[in-house]
Amino acid sequence: MSDFEPKIVAFFCNWCTFTAADLAGTSRLSYPPNLKIIRVMCSGMVDPKFVLKAFLNGADGVLIGGCWPGDCHYINGNFKARRRVALLTELLKQYGIGEERFWLRWIAASEGNMLKEVADEMTVKLKQLGPSPLQNMGQMVG
Amino acid sequence: MTKFAKLSFKKDELNKELSGFFKGMLENGAVNAVLAPMAQPKKGVRLSLVTSAAHTAQVDPFAPVAAVSGAKIASSLTARPSGRKVAMVLRPCEIRAVVELVKLKQVNLDDVLLIGMDCLGRYENTDFAKFQEQGGTSESFLENAQAGKTAMADFDIIGACKICEFPTADNVDMRLCAIGAGNGTVFIEAVTKKGEEALDKSGIKSGESPAGRDEAVKKLVAVRTDARDKKFTEYRAETNTFEALADKLSACINCYNCRVACPVCYCKECVFVTDTFRHNGDQFMMWADKGGMLKMPNDTIFYHLTRITHMSLFCVGCGQCTSACPNDIDLMPLFRTSADKTQARFNYQAGRSVDEEQPMAGFKSDELVEVTGQVK
Repeated sequence: MSDFEPKIVAFFCNWCTFTAADLAGTSRLSYPPNLKIIRVMCSGMVDPKFVLKAFLNGADGVLIGGCWPGDCHYINGNFKARRRVALLTELLKQYGIGEERFWLRWIAASEGNMLKEVADEMTVKLKQLGPSPLQNMGQMVG
Repeated sequence: MTKFAKLSFKKDELNKELSGFFKGMLENGAVNAVLAPMAQPKKGVRLSLVTSAAHTAQVDPFAPVAAVSGAKIASSLTARPSGRKVAMVLRPCEIRAVVELVKLKQVNLDDVLLIGMDCLGRYENTDFAKFQEQGGTSESFLENAQAGKTAMADFDIIGACKICEFPTADNVDMRLCAIGAGNGTVFIEAVTKKGEEALDKSGIKSGESPAGRDEAVKKLVAVRTDARDKKFTEYRAETNTFEALADKLSACINCYNCRVACPVCYCKECVFVTDTFRHNGDQFMMWADKGGMLKMPNDTIFYHLTRITHMSLFCVGCGQCTSACPNDIDLMPLFRTSADKTQARFNYQAGRSVDEEQPMAGFKSDELVEVTGQVK
């Protein structure tokens, strides 16, 4: 399993986490290429369907990056995201996709270093955990 | 303190006694209409909307059948209100769904007198036909079911009812009480002021209360709760991987009947019938290429899981999903086990109270800190 490279689908808020990823880049911080970043206008617009589809299509992890409480560009989108993540987690746990594969993190636009840390940490954890139980099944049976 | 009225009936006259109550309410202007289960001309019992006192004779509220959820009917009648007062006789699960629909602004209770009936379970629509053919009546059902005998020769009440811990209705104006009432007796209970006025107007005298009711209800709830917990454990063990879930859903043909039948599937237009899911041919080919094959119609698990994210917080466990499945997939335990988890996470219970905010309709800044685990 040592050469297993987890696929992480990352939904990043345009105003904070995506900007942090930009900052990490311009600051020449390197973070693992396992993240497939999808820019969204707010963590609050990440429809549960996006997360379900990512996992059903074989993603090993899903990371949602949003603004710290109080900093949301749309005032409260991140709080809505948090409730949805809690809801989805309850559902996915039953089928072997636990909190360790599905993360919500607050990363501000200025926190390029934190983005690197979270990306590193998630990649390492997923490497230890191994491929998603859905690796080769999503579309085949779904 | 609630008021009770005792209705004693001779053999085969339960519905005659009950029809007197509804007739009285209509004649004396307590309500302008009654929505209640009524015997059909030849066979079957369906919710019917009665506006004339002359047509109350066929009422059969305790018939163990619910061809469609009454909550959906309540929505049809009140989402765009008629302005006329209507008494609705519904099962406890239907009432709990109504409570959720009120919060979603799909039911309006302003002109509604809500009457909840004691429910000992229902048969599938087709089984109820057999039940009637074999001479079964609401009276025989009430008597046998209270002794724990719901099973007929080749069918029984549905699985959802066997694990339902809500045999009586809350959030109602009146109740039709059969549990613990004793044979040959039912009680009409006026719970709210609105209910009391309606009872007075119906012309039925209030008095004695059912002595054995609380005890009998408690006993039934305990039995059902045990059965529920057992079923949950069993089903969760059977479906603890996506593969096992796919296996359970392998007969699914993506007809979406379960969401049509579901009283709390609240979207006006389901996303699964919109352009979002109308893909081009090359998209399907791409998916097939990825794993070498693609089951068609696709997105079956995706559909069911999406439905769970939408409705599990409001799931009342009525079992209409299972009843509606043309391929006999027992969906009820899938939705009920999920609902149990999601409702617990938000300390929410579908149908408990109109004043409780639906979890996805709100948020707080200082909650669920454990989701990110980050504190500034």
